[in-house]
Amino acid sequence: MDGWLLTFLILLGKSLLLVAVLLIYVAYILYADRKIWAAVQLRRGPNVVGPWGLLQSFADMIKFVVKEPVIPAGANKGVFLLAPFVTGMLALAAWAAIPVADGWAVANLNVGILYIFAVSSLGVYGVIMGGWASNSKYPFLSALRSAAQMVSYEVSIGIVIITVQLCAGSLNLTEIVRAQDTRFGMFGWYWLPLFPMFIIFFISALAETNRPPFDLVEAESELVAGFMVEYSSTPYMMFMLGEYVAIVSMCAMTTILFLGGWLPPLPFAPFTWVPGVIWFVLKSTLVFFMFAMVKAFVPRYRYDQLMRLGWKVFLPVSLAMVVIVAGALRVLDANGWRG
Amino acid sequence: MSLPAAFFYLFSALMLVSALMVIFARNPVHSVLFLILAFVNASGLFVLLGAEFLAMILVVVYVGAVAVLFLFVVMMLDVDFAELKQGFMHNLPLGLLIGAVAIVELVLAVGGWTDAGVTPMRNMPIEAMTNTEALGLVLYTKYFYLFQAAGLVLLTAMIGAIVLTLQHRPGVKRQSIEAQNARTPAGAVELRKAPSRAGV
Repeated sequence: MDGWLLTFLILLGKSLLLVAVLLIYVAYILYADRKIWAAVQLRRGPNVVGPWGLLQSFADMIKFVVKEPVIPAGANKGVFLLAPFVTGMLALAAWAAIPVADGWAVANLNVGILYIFAVSSLGVYGVIMGGWASNSKYPFLSALRSAAQMVSYEVSIGIVIITVQLCAGSLNLTEIVRAQDTRFGMFGWYWLPLFPMFIIFFISALAETNRPPFDLVEAESELVAGFMVEYSSTPYMMFMLGEYVAIVSMCAMTTILFLGGWLPPLPFAPFTWVPGVIWFVLKSTLVFFMFAMVKAFVPRYRYDQLMRLGWKVFLPVSLAMVVIVAGALRVLDANGWRG
Repeated sequence: MSLPAAFFYLFSALMLVSALMVIFARNPVHSVLFLILAFVNASGLFVLLGAEFLAMILVVVYVGAVAVLFLFVVMMLDVDFAELKQGFMHNLPLGLLIGAVAIVELVLAVGGWTDAGVTPMRNMPIEAMTNTEALGLVLYTKYFYLFQAAGLVLLTAMIGAIVLTLQHRPGVKRQSIEAQNARTPAGAVELRKAPSRAGV
């Protein structure tokens, strides 16, 4: 009985440590997002709070927490307050299975990738609940859009994940990274052999996390702030937090599936001295940099274009790639050319 | 009490309570949300049984996709709560009848259940593999035709849904991506000399 308790406490400690580090990372990701966006537009971005504005995210957080939460009179109170916490908790829950270095995962699940896929597919509930419970037109329209958008792009993400699983032969995230550990270094990672899927995954990840150019859920010009119109103070901050944690976990997923997780880019001396967790963070940050650049460069999609891209372009291409990859693996394995 | 047992009681209790709340909640949207909670707890029970693949698929398929559409439809309904309550006594006999039939069927099914003699496949080192591999091996060998048939059923449903909703009314302006992409500056732009006071 004490053994169970000890394991439980160790797990709790690990999770708390991970959440603490993750939240600080997210605070700086938020800052980086604003700085990169500003730099592209030749602005200076946040530069007042702390040196170079480094403490801006924390100042924002304190401001959100001390403001008064406003709940609209016609809102469905329980669901209205539950929605942001659902978003925040689910986004954090995905991190339980993500290995940041070899063996550094809170839970090394056999179906790790399915777990993350499942949890991220639940993210849509926060948006729908928030949109419906606000009892207002803009949030409701936004909730309808988001439901359609997130469900559509989950399909192509799922199929991309299938091709990676075919190559790695496992659903365990640690095993998927290990399968990319070849003597070719970064050229053995899956971004090169599965290049079309890498692109599709990246774009679908943008759509799944409601990042621009697919931020139709909160398109300012049409829906003000989408499902977050009626939110203020701490609930609003939870929505923001959940959104950015989801973005970071999508960056981590891209890193694990296509960029070799914690593996060094070249498998020899000066690179192998650097601990895996640093490579992991560097790679995730690189993916986030691409996310941020897309936000700065690309104009927003129209809604029907978004649906067309998801269903008529990504779905057939990725389905075809599943067949091609499976066939190619079959041929390679039969001739002993693999590994 | 060990930790798995504690979690078992937690998940089952939550699942039973939320299943009851699906019926008793006044607001249909709350009902769907409680249904989702019940699904999530069921998947927790699957994890405790060691069936992690089924657990995740339950969440991905039922919670992530089916229940979203459920919620979608229920949210769009214009529900009048007073009207909902009015029909209660009227519909009670029918409801009781359906409930009774369902209970009798369940009792018969559970009571008549014996180990149907599904023998594990030979030469399968089931302990050495994850349950995803084990399921895959059975699904794509022994139950291959049933699996394909299930796929066909879904395909039929999908085609049916598309046929029902796809309407090409004449006279509606549509965007043709192909036509747009096929445009060239030669065909789309024309340089004209516009005479003064006459225009183009």
